[in-house]
Amino acid sequence: MSEKPKLHYFNGRGRMESIRWLLAAAGVEFEEEFLESREQYEMLLQDGALLFQQVPMVEIDGMKMVQTRAILSYIAGKYNLYEKDLKERAWIDMYVEGVRDLMDLIRVHHKLSPQEQQKNLALIGEKAATRYFPVYEKILKDHKDDFLVGNQLTWADVQLIEAILTVEEKVPTILSEFPLLQAFKARVSSIATIKKFLQPGSQRKLPTDEKAVAFTNRIFNRR
Amino acid sequence: MSGKPKLHYFNGRGRMESIRWLLAAAGVEFDECFLETRDDLLKLQKSGTLLFQQVPMVEIDGMKMVQTRAIGNYIAAKYNLYGKDLKERALIDMYVEAIIDLDELLMMYALQPADKKEQYLANIVDKATNRYFPVYEKVLKDHGQDFLVGNQLSRADVQLLEALLMAEEYKSDILAKFPLLQSFKARISNVPTIKKFLQPGSQRKPPLQEKDLPKVMKIFNLGH
Repeated sequence: MSEKPKLHYFNGRGRMESIRWLLAAAGVEFEEEFLESREQYEMLLQDGALLFQQVPMVEIDGMKMVQTRAILSYIAGKYNLYEKDLKERAWIDMYVEGVRDLMDLIRVHHKLSPQEQQKNLALIGEKAATRYFPVYEKILKDHKDDFLVGNQLTWADVQLIEAILTVEEKVPTILSEFPLLQAFKARVSSIATIKKFLQPGSQRKLPTDEKAVAFTNRIFNRR
Repeated sequence: MSGKPKLHYFNGRGRMESIRWLLAAAGVEFDECFLETRDDLLKLQKSGTLLFQQVPMVEIDGMKMVQTRAIGNYIAAKYNLYGKDLKERALIDMYVEAIIDLDELLMMYALQPADKKEQYLANIVDKATNRYFPVYEKVLKDHGQDFLVGNQLSRADVQLLEALLMAEEYKSDILAKFPLLQSFKARISNVPTIKKFLQPGSQRKPPLQEKDLPKVMKIFNLGH
């Protein structure tokens, strides 16, 4: 009997957020155990629950999975968000990886000094508007389908909408030159499972702030 | 008719090396087109063949694939190096992702300023011998099989061997405390396709030399 997946992470976005998005999009209920102290983290370590001593860790189907991409791949494969055809899978992988590169810029943003944050903001805006979003705009333009690959919702669409919304929090006008991405955003946001996830009270986490940074630094013992 | 895969990168390891390893392990012949100057990269970018303006790029089966992981996934799946079901795939992915983390650490060594190199090296050795290698040693110990997953050669074995050999280049006795990894290394090195790749004259690339670093930095516009 499989229980709900159980997510181990701190109470914030970080590397776990994409996993929350994917489970939510797949309509899978999940539980969360938040790391609130260094002792908790060390207990997980001592229990041998963290294969490489790191979180995210997700208990799912009898496994204690680690490594964000491995977890995402498994969820996508299990819940039919990952095409079976090898070539369509290749496109999904390429699109996902591109989006994740962009998200990496945002993920570290709150760790930077205010000065560095200004520079990073400009970089995020530039890369989003010139390197990444034009690619997805063109994909939608070329095939005119509702979704990026295979004319059905896949991991690529979920990763993209997470990125769009996250970039918009930093650069609100970022989609001004991308009408098809605007339509994509509206369309995918209204898919029932995703709409639910976007509502207040869901397990979606708020953007990370300085308090959260100090807190996690203490848990993970970073200087 | 599909020709041989064609790899676009500079003439060095970088992010393309694990792809060379996978193709070689799968017994797939491939061609290489080397970027020698920044202009070569700019030309490639202008030609619209790089989806996100970046290399590695691999022409394969009518696609111009980019993103190292996507390329690795495709090759592994196509040539039966990705396990037989979702759970084996999950294990392979976990093992490979951690190896990629270790590879990143190794790759970044060359970019460290001279006065930070010693400390950085100590960190590499610490992570390798305390975080990563013990895991794979234990995996092999627990199931007693020749390969990491599913009792057959997979991408995880290929990438682990690559990482072990690279780590040894930094510290030749780094496997001293890991007897099973030592025998794993010997065993996987003897797989015929891999043995061939490990011989001189193959498409395996040597470690980056200090003297070649400026050229690479220039191509990718790093550190200016």
